[in-house]
Amino acid sequence: MAIDTSGNGVFSEGRAKLSARTLRTDKWWLQPLITVIVLFSFIVYATLRAFENGKYFAQPLISPFYSPCLASNCVKDSPSFIGTIFGTYHIFGMTVSPSLFILIFPLAFRMTCYYYRKAYYRSFWMSPPACAVAEPHAKYTGETRAPLIIQNGHRYAFYAGLVFNVFLTIDAIGAFRNEKGQWGHMSIGTLVLLANATFLWLYSMSCHTCRHTVGGRHRNFSKHPIRYKLWTWVSILNHKHQNFAWISLFGVALADLYVRQVSGGSIRNLYFF
Amino acid sequence: MARTLKLRIWRGSDQDGALQDVTVEANSGEVVLDIIHRVQATQMGDLAVRWNCKAGKCGSCSMEINGKPRLACMTQVSAYAEDEVITITPLRAFPVIKDLVTDVSFNYKKALEVRAYEHPADLAPGEARMEQIDVERSQEFRKCIECFLCQNTCHVIRDHEENKKSFAGPRFFIRLAELDMHPLDTLRNRKQSAQEEHGLGMCNITKCCTEVCPEHIRITDNAIIPMKERVVDVKYDPLRWLGSVIRKREGIL
Repeated sequence: MAIDTSGNGVFSEGRAKLSARTLRTDKWWLQPLITVIVLFSFIVYATLRAFENGKYFAQPLISPFYSPCLASNCVKDSPSFIGTIFGTYHIFGMTVSPSLFILIFPLAFRMTCYYYRKAYYRSFWMSPPACAVAEPHAKYTGETRAPLIIQNGHRYAFYAGLVFNVFLTIDAIGAFRNEKGQWGHMSIGTLVLLANATFLWLYSMSCHTCRHTVGGRHRNFSKHPIRYKLWTWVSILNHKHQNFAWISLFGVALADLYVRQVSGGSIRNLYFF
Repeated sequence: MARTLKLRIWRGSDQDGALQDVTVEANSGEVVLDIIHRVQATQMGDLAVRWNCKAGKCGSCSMEINGKPRLACMTQVSAYAEDEVITITPLRAFPVIKDLVTDVSFNYKKALEVRAYEHPADLAPGEARMEQIDVERSQEFRKCIECFLCQNTCHVIRDHEENKKSFAGPRFFIRLAELDMHPLDTLRNRKQSAQEEHGLGMCNITKCCTEVCPEHIRITDNAIIPMKERVVDVKYDPLRWLGSVIRKREGIL
């Protein structure tokens, strides 16, 4: 390969004259490739499901993609306990799915998440594709201007994410009912929604913004012992934030898939009692 | 047990250079720096390499081994397969002086730009008292040995020479974080200067600095992201801005 004459980056004047963009011999491309495949698959699945506008409710289970269901066209018994804030809207003759009113919030939480930023900057934008692998862009301004400066609003997406966690936890508790709405029952669907809510809480509680909010912003922990304790706990979770990010992503998709299959009649929601 | 190693060592200056093939014996337990010294002693008497402690504590022998920024004294030869050719080059983010030695003075210039700790005016030297829990968070950052592997691998300057003017780099973000988390430092505009003078906003937190740190400092999680959040407190969060207007203070301290 000829030496890049662009004169920038690792090919800048004065640096070691080497023609390769990287001399790494390991499979540095594998991790970004897997990230692209998994995230792209999730985006395709979530988009299809958000627009499907059906098979999201099977008493007492509701899909996390449609909860809280806030539109007047939500199927019978599925609307959230706070009622239907939105009406029924049509665009080009198609009814707008209730999912589209709410998915922007959890999407914003994940899009601005410090872990996902690393994941998609590396894998989708290749900035850089891997450590010590030259990126293909001629210019780089980071998160200093629009649109990426909006990443600084992550904390507001975090707060919105917490609200959704509350709704999904209520859904999981509501899953301790049978198909007639009677309490005191438990099914596989209950476990699915409980696991989903748990993973989402772990993902949110391990968030870097959460760590900052509960106490990280202080410089005198000794004056804030409770916040220090909270910060310590969140710091422990924060070590696993990446894991919780992936587990909760799969959790949401699998919980939705389960509800879809039950709602469509493909599988029966088996009850333990 | 001895083995024969095939190496490619970059030799040259800031004007020109190339990889040169070398074959050399290696003994069990040796590190790459040992091998470089053997090459220097037996085949390339004028090979330039910077080194000092051979214990991973001075940060001198930073270089790139098979494309990865590493300390040569902490890289075991046994980590590489018997038939693997090991490529050794200087750090690729900085200008070459000779062979494996680079000019890292960029970092010293950036160090001078970070404003020093400011002691409280009402405390005489020796009167300062701090609780352990107030200082232990920033003690992690004091482990830095200034090997500049984090600076070298950071794509903001590695891949964009023009950013060197406005970007301090991860090593100095941990310095800024250390000072901003210091319970007694009285300089109150470190957050703003981190963003506006030292280029914190350029970092897109891809964590390469953390990956290459030989001291395992969690640079991104414990310094850069907390600093980014502190910058949001004083610069981008409208509610906290409102709070600072009403209560006349720069964020919560």
